Amino acid sequence: MLRSLVRRFGALAIVAAITVPAAAATQLTGAGATFDYPFFSKAFYIYTQKNPDVTVNYQSIGSGGGIAQFIAKTVDFAASDVPMNAGELARAGEPVLQFPVTLGGVAIAYNIPGVTATLRLTRQVVADIYLGKILKWNDPQIVRLNKGVNLPDMPIVVVHRSDGSGTTYIFTDFLSHVSPEWKSKVGAGKSVSWPAPSAVGAKGNEGVAGQVRSTPGAIGYVELAYVVENHMSAAMLQNKAGKWLASSPDTIAAAAATKPEVSPTNFSIVDAAGASSWPISGFSWVLVYKKPGDPGRAKLVYNVLAWLIGPEGQSNAKSVDYVPLPSNIQSSSLATLKQMQH
Amino acid sequence: MTAEPQFRRLVHFVSPADRGFATVVYAGSILFALLIIALFIMLVLGSWPSIVKFGPSFIWKSEWDPITSKFGALPMIYGTVATSFIAIALAAFVGIMAAVFLADFAPRWFATPLSFLIELLAAVPSVVYGLWGLFVLAPFVRTAIGPALQHVFGWLPIFAGPIYGVGLLTGGIILALMIVPTVTAISRDVIAAIPRDLREASASLGTTKWETATRVVLPAARVGIFGACVLALGRALGETIAVTMVIGNRPEISASLFAPSYTLASVIANEFTEATSSIYISALIELGLILFVVSMVVNALARLMIWSVRGSRA
Repeated sequence: MLRSLVRRFGALAIVAAITVPAAAATQLTGAGATFDYPFFSKAFYIYTQKNPDVTVNYQSIGSGGGIAQFIAKTVDFAASDVPMNAGELARAGEPVLQFPVTLGGVAIAYNIPGVTATLRLTRQVVADIYLGKILKWNDPQIVRLNKGVNLPDMPIVVVHRSDGSGTTYIFTDFLSHVSPEWKSKVGAGKSVSWPAPSAVGAKGNEGVAGQVRSTPGAIGYVELAYVVENHMSAAMLQNKAGKWLASSPDTIAAAAATKPEVSPTNFSIVDAAGASSWPISGFSWVLVYKKPGDPGRAKLVYNVLAWLIGPEGQSNAKSVDYVPLPSNIQSSSLATLKQMQH
Repeated sequence: MTAEPQFRRLVHFVSPADRGFATVVYAGSILFALLIIALFIMLVLGSWPSIVKFGPSFIWKSEWDPITSKFGALPMIYGTVATSFIAIALAAFVGIMAAVFLADFAPRWFATPLSFLIELLAAVPSVVYGLWGLFVLAPFVRTAIGPALQHVFGWLPIFAGPIYGVGLLTGGIILALMIVPTVTAISRDVIAAIPRDLREASASLGTTKWETATRVVLPAARVGIFGACVLALGRALGETIAVTMVIGNRPEISASLFAPSYTLASVIANEFTEATSSIYISALIELGLILFVVSMVVNALARLMIWSVRGSRA
C-alpha cells in the first residue's frame, strides 16, 4: 500500500521537478574562449539575479570549439579571442556580427632568485629572449636596463603555452610587431613553434604561472589576472612612446582606447601608440548572427549582450581582475550589436 | 578442449530462451568488434587530408609548426614510447616485487590493508596526479633526483643537460605511479593462484622462501604477469592529462631524459580545441590514428609473446 503510493507520487514529483523550473526561465547558450570565462561567469550570474527569467549557460570549450558550434547553430552566441576569418565566415553562410566585449592584457612574469626589484625589459629584449638569442639573466642587454639589480649568472627558462590560446595570439602578435626576425621566423598565432632552446610548454594560464613560480630563472607570459591573483613579479616594459609602464587595467584600457575604429578585420592593438598604452593587449570578441533564427530568443540575446557591453555589465570586470572596455569602444560595440535583428 | 566451430553450438540449443540469449551475446561481441573497426575507419577518414598532404614523411619528420602548417609526428612518437618504456620499467620492477610480497611474504593482517592502499592509487584522478606532479614531483626532480643522477651518471648522454624539473623522466615517473596498481593487483592475483603444491614441492627440495618465490613461483606466473604489464603499458601509452602537465610540451627529440618532450595524447589534448584550419585538425586526428596503431601493435606483439610462451609450455 505504502510502496504503491510512494511509487505513484514519487513519479509525479520527479516529473514536476523536471518540468516546472524549465517553464520558468529561458536558458540562452554561448560557447567559446576560455579567456572570457571568469568574466562571463560573474557577469551572467549578476544578470540572472536582475532578470530571473533569463539564464545564460556559457561553455568555455575554446575559441575554435565556440566558432564550430556557432557555425553549426547550436549556440545563441560564441566568444572568441580572434574574430572569425574569411574562411569561417564563408562556412557560416550568413552575415555575422562581431564586436569586442572585454580586454585582455598579457604580463611578463618572471622568477629570479634573489631579485625582488621590478625588472625592466625593452620590447626588443623580450623578443630576443623568446627567439633564444639572449640565454642568461646576466646578459649585458638586460643588465644595462637594470642598473643596481644583482642579476645572477643563470640560464633563462622560457615558458610558453602548450595549448592553443588567445593569450599566445596576442603575445606573438606583439612579438611580430616589434621584431621582424620573429615575424619571418615564427609568426603570430594561437599555437606556434617556439624557437628558444630552453622553451617549456605549460597548459593554460595557470600552468604557465605555476611553471614560472616553481622554476628558478623562468620567464613566462600570462594574463594579467593570474599575475595579480598569484602575487607574481611582473616586468615593466618600455612601450612605443618610450615610457616605462607596468601592466595594469589602466594601461591596458589606454591601449584599447587608441583604436575606436576597431573592426573584425582591423583589431590588433599590440604595441599601440600613446604614452600610457600597455604594448601587449588585445580584445576578446562575441559573435552573433545578424538575423537569428528565433526572434523570441533574439530579443533576449540582444538584451543580455547589450547589458554586458554597457557600463553595468563592464563594471563586473574589475572585481574578477578583467579590464572594462573604454567608453568609446563600448559605444562602437553597441553600434555593431544594434544591427542585430531583434 | 573443443575445436568445433562456434556456430554449430547455436543449433544445439533446444530452448528458445537459450537461443535468444546466445544470439544476444554473439551480437554484443560482434558489435564491439564493429565499434573498433568503425573507430579505425573514422580516424582514417578524419586524417585523410593530412595523409594525402604529408604522406609517410609525417611519421619521420620532426617539426610541429601550426602557422606554416608543417607537421611531423616523430618527436611525439618518441616521447610516447619513451615515457611508457620508463614507466613500465619502473612499475614492473616495483609492482612485481610488491605482488610477491603481498602474495607470499606479508602476514594477512598487513597484506589486506596494503593491497587496498595500492589499489587506491588507481582511484586517484589523472588530473590530481598532474597537479601533484607539477607542484611536488617536478621540483623534487629538479632539486634532488636530477642532480643526484647527474652526479653519478652525468657522463651518460641520457643524464646530461639542463634539469628543468619537467621533462621525459618526470613524465615517466608519474606514469609509473599511475600504472603500478594495475601491475601489482593483477600480478598478486596471478601469483596467489599458483597452486600450493608447487611451493610445497620447492620447499621440500630445501629452497629458501626467496628462492621459491623467484625461481619457482614467478616463472610459473610469468604469463599472467606479462599480461598485467601489457595492460599497464596500454594505459601508459594513452595517458594524457597527468603527462601533459609534467612533460614540458616541447616537440623535440633530445638525448637527455631531463629534457622536455611531448606525447601524442598531449598534443591532441592541448591543441584540438583551438585548431581551426582543416589541415591542422586533420594532422591532429592523424596523431590519434598513430597512437591507435601504436597501441594495437604493442598489444599484438605482447599477445604473440604470450602465445609463443604458452605454446612452448604445452
